[in-house]
Amino acid sequence: MERKIRILIAKPGLDGHDRGAKVMAAACRDAGMEVIYTGLRQTPEMIVNAAIQEDVDIVALSILSGAHMTLFPAVLKLMKEKGLNDVLLTGGGIIPEEDMKALEALGVGKLFGPGTNTQEAIEYMKNWVSKHRTYKVV
Amino acid sequence: MSEMKVNPIDSSAVPQSIRDEDQNHLHEIEKYQKAKQKWEDDLKKSKDRGGYYYSVSSSPIDILGLPETPPKHFLEKIGFPGQYPYTRGIHPNMYRGKLWTMRQFSGFGTPEETNERYHYLLQNGQTGLSVAFDLPTLMGRDSDDPWSTGEVGKCGVAVSSLRDMEVLMHGIDQGNVTTSMTINSPSFILWAFYIAAGEKKGTHRSQMGGTLQNDILKEFIAQKEFIFPVRPSIKLVVDTIEFATKEMPKWNSISISGYHIREAGSTAAQELAFTLADGFAYIEAALDRGLDIDDFAPRLSHFFNSHIDFFEEIAKFRAARRIYARIMREEYHAKKERSWMLRFHTQTAGCSLTAQQPENNIVRTAFEALAAVLGGTQSLHTNSMDETLALPSEKAVTIALRTQQIIAHEIGVAHTIDPLGGSWYVEQLTDKIEAEAYEYFRKIKELGGNRGFLPGVIAGIESGFFQREIAQAAYLHQQELDRKDRIIVGVNDYVDPDEKIDIPILKITEEAELRQKEILKKLRSERDNRKVEQCLAQLKESCENNTNVMYPVLECAHAMVTLGEMMNVMKSVYGEYIEDSVF
Repeated sequence: MERKIRILIAKPGLDGHDRGAKVMAAACRDAGMEVIYTGLRQTPEMIVNAAIQEDVDIVALSILSGAHMTLFPAVLKLMKEKGLNDVLLTGGGIIPEEDMKALEALGVGKLFGPGTNTQEAIEYMKNWVSKHRTYKVV
Repeated sequence: MSEMKVNPIDSSAVPQSIRDEDQNHLHEIEKYQKAKQKWEDDLKKSKDRGGYYYSVSSSPIDILGLPETPPKHFLEKIGFPGQYPYTRGIHPNMYRGKLWTMRQFSGFGTPEETNERYHYLLQNGQTGLSVAFDLPTLMGRDSDDPWSTGEVGKCGVAVSSLRDMEVLMHGIDQGNVTTSMTINSPSFILWAFYIAAGEKKGTHRSQMGGTLQNDILKEFIAQKEFIFPVRPSIKLVVDTIEFATKEMPKWNSISISGYHIREAGSTAAQELAFTLADGFAYIEAALDRGLDIDDFAPRLSHFFNSHIDFFEEIAKFRAARRIYARIMREEYHAKKERSWMLRFHTQTAGCSLTAQQPENNIVRTAFEALAAVLGGTQSLHTNSMDETLALPSEKAVTIALRTQQIIAHEIGVAHTIDPLGGSWYVEQLTDKIEAEAYEYFRKIKELGGNRGFLPGVIAGIESGFFQREIAQAAYLHQQELDRKDRIIVGVNDYVDPDEKIDIPILKITEEAELRQKEILKKLRSERDNRKVEQCLAQLKESCENNTNVMYPVLECAHAMVTLGEMMNVMKSVYGEYIEDSVF
């Protein structure tokens, strides 16, 4: 089976800073992925439901408000409850390194801070999918 | 036409066009001398702050550089400081009269904690307050709202009621300190809390000075902290303009902001054009309300970003003043000089700072602050080096403030006016950015069927025009970085591979949230809840009848109605805005 990588880019919580989310959405699109961008102010429930409906490989959250320690675990918990064990949860924003480590320990994927090269994040996601999915990525 | 007979001795043989030009030039020189005389007279009448205007070599510093002979169109394009079109600045003596206000934006956690920081900043020479609210407050939600979970006190201070505002301003003389409040969707409510808090301390509202950001259009365009749909949002802004015009002569009712547009990724010309267009849209809305332009325009202020590209920023500030003066005078026929003057606050560019090698941010911020001062800003916020990581620590904030003090007192640039005026490069760049802005104005007006800025800006928002332009510019910038066409030190070049970032970070605990929740619970049980219901009913009625909401909102504030309670009532009348997401 062949298919494109499908990614859901989401802005949870009240934060409206969407520059990073939009830039990543455009970069993923140009890297050949199918991108679903949720827009602003999504609850964890809305995000996980969209991930199920859209049958995505990756959920990427963008959080710049400091609420990452609340929102990432909330989305992760719901993903597990709904059986999305083979979907990567990753993301970016203003997230101090120790918080990144704490979230990784919970089972969140790699997180990307300010100054990240978009290609680095894309490569990480492509590698993850090729390791965890059986279909051929096109 | 008869053939001209040329006689080299007869001066009438000089072609008519050249004689006209000479005549015009003589006329221009005469006008130039007059304008210069006026500037000199104004200068004599202006108050001097009594600074020491000597270079480090103890040589006197000239207040203004002037051309030996004025170039063509000098007065129309450049002119003298304090004179239309204000390209060189809005005051005849600029920073010799008064330095810019050093205003550091701050706020975090509970009102108690932020109040302590304000006292610290005022003791350290800061001359005005600038309140940063947390995200729930910015979105019109109380600290105990389910949507607020995890966000309380994180990027600013939580203020849900008059009680919180009273704590925030405790021990601060609201008749003396000016306060800038960065709040948009629920601006009128936080403003009412501030007014009520001051009045309870005995300061009359007419004595309070400050600025409300209150710029909802840029929220739709860039920062996305909108709540109500576009049209009622504009109506609420006009309510505050009207209230300020009638009741609070020292208050800047709105700070028309390009800062967030730039942070969202726009170019300098987009920042300039979209911001000014927003401002003209508010002006048209206020005129539609029946207000006189010269009554409210003098209290409109602007807020720009100072990004890392030094000359481009200076040119942008100079062009901003010139465009604004022209349109205010020629399109809206404002008569007062104060109405023509674009006054602005500047903040250095948060998006130019790097998480890597954060100490380098001190240098970036210094250059950006210098550009703002050379561009003639009225007030300035300098970012702290650690702001890409979290809210700034006290030490980082102090260094940022010291940066401004060094520019003001050590490097001499504040002693002379617009030192880059007349530079071929800077003048050319000023013209270029101005032309780009006018091109955007044309497009924006066209989007609204060429019926002015207000319909154009609304159409631009609802069709996603602004959002798309900005997203494209942001993506282009990122591609430049990814390809290393553009170098950012410490990020895509000169990287320190073993870097460990170890600057102290201000941590906001969940405690703020718990404390705020408790305080709200107590407040709701102790206040007169019948009075609360009455006040809310009046507010709803005001929204339905389209009267100015400021008066019922002030009543609500005094009755300890919370922010969220007021917003919910208003949402039931106006509805909520949902954005089409484009990337």
